Amino acid sequence: MVMAWIWTGILAVSIVCAAVTGNGSALGAAVPKGAAAGAALVVSMAGSICLWNGVGNLMEKSGISEKLAKFLRPVLGRIFPSSRSDPKVSGPLSANVCANLLGLGNAATPMGIQAAKALRNPARPHIATDELCRLIVLNTASIQLIPGNVAAVRASLGAVSPFDILPAVWITSLASAGMGLLAAWLLGKAAGDG
Amino acid sequence: MVDYLVPILLLVASVVALRKKEDVYTHLLTGASDGLKILLSLVPSMVMLMTAVSMLRSSGAVEEIGRILGPVFRFFGIPPETAILVLIRPLSGSAALAVGAELMGTYGPDSLIGRTAAIMLGSTETTFYTISVYFGAAGIHKTRYTIPAALIADLTGFFMASLTARYLFP
Repeated sequence: MVMAWIWTGILAVSIVCAAVTGNGSALGAAVPKGAAAGAALVVSMAGSICLWNGVGNLMEKSGISEKLAKFLRPVLGRIFPSSRSDPKVSGPLSANVCANLLGLGNAATPMGIQAAKALRNPARPHIATDELCRLIVLNTASIQLIPGNVAAVRASLGAVSPFDILPAVWITSLASAGMGLLAAWLLGKAAGDG
Repeated sequence: MVDYLVPILLLVASVVALRKKEDVYTHLLTGASDGLKILLSLVPSMVMLMTAVSMLRSSGAVEEIGRILGPVFRFFGIPPETAILVLIRPLSGSAALAVGAELMGTYGPDSLIGRTAAIMLGSTETTFYTISVYFGAAGIHKTRYTIPAALIADLTGFFMASLTARYLFP
């Protein structure tokens, strides 16, 4: 339903704004132009999406993501203390984080949900625990290493070096995930126990 | 250095997999055909959303919204041209991609605005969608401080994207 509101809202705002500013002819022309641009955009991304899904699958099947998980264990243990003792948490948790890092969104979500279920407090299963909140915050802050989709759009528009944004993306992701976790920790302290 | 990053990553992944006697090429192809399915599911929504975004641009609404929200965005050091992207990013991933692609096309992928949009897209997520999927699946009713914390993370992302786009590129 969210998309229905976004779509209808954009159309209504466009028509009202065009009427006020007198951009009617441009508005009419924008309809077929936009539709063509949408199809062209997906076609221009086709190569990159297939390539990065292939590479992501390779890294998962060849155990590279397991190595990544081992490397991340100390960090995850600090953010999610129960992952240190409970394999029901640590397994899906590291799988979720690794899939996110590799940009395999479709694989990350089921693993993350499994981890979320394991992080619930059995006495009060409907109230989010601190660790569960932190898991969601980590998943809402993108920690993808190679943003293949964005690079594909940049390449299709003629960027000189489509991947030159990588260091900036990493710094930004790290800062936003870090700030999110810090905010969750502080808000958790302030709110007390549920 | 950055130029070699992606090609070397491709090689390292293949060599590590070969040493484990994995059939590298088959894994690549399997993943790529999954990518094709994702791509196909992306076509309808990108056609609709690019139509909507293109109407929004041609009507003059994009500039108008940027002008109204300009002071708030400038306060946080975020270019006002990216206002629509910032507003729509937490709600819908495909709409954000459409808005971001339109920004990169209008201002150029290597412009300050284009780069800021690309870094924003690459380093943030569809926050509200993610929250509803996770809490829905886990049966949580009380989300406590998750939404404010996630929005603080998003705001940090938009701010840092603007900062890195400005200072990391000559």
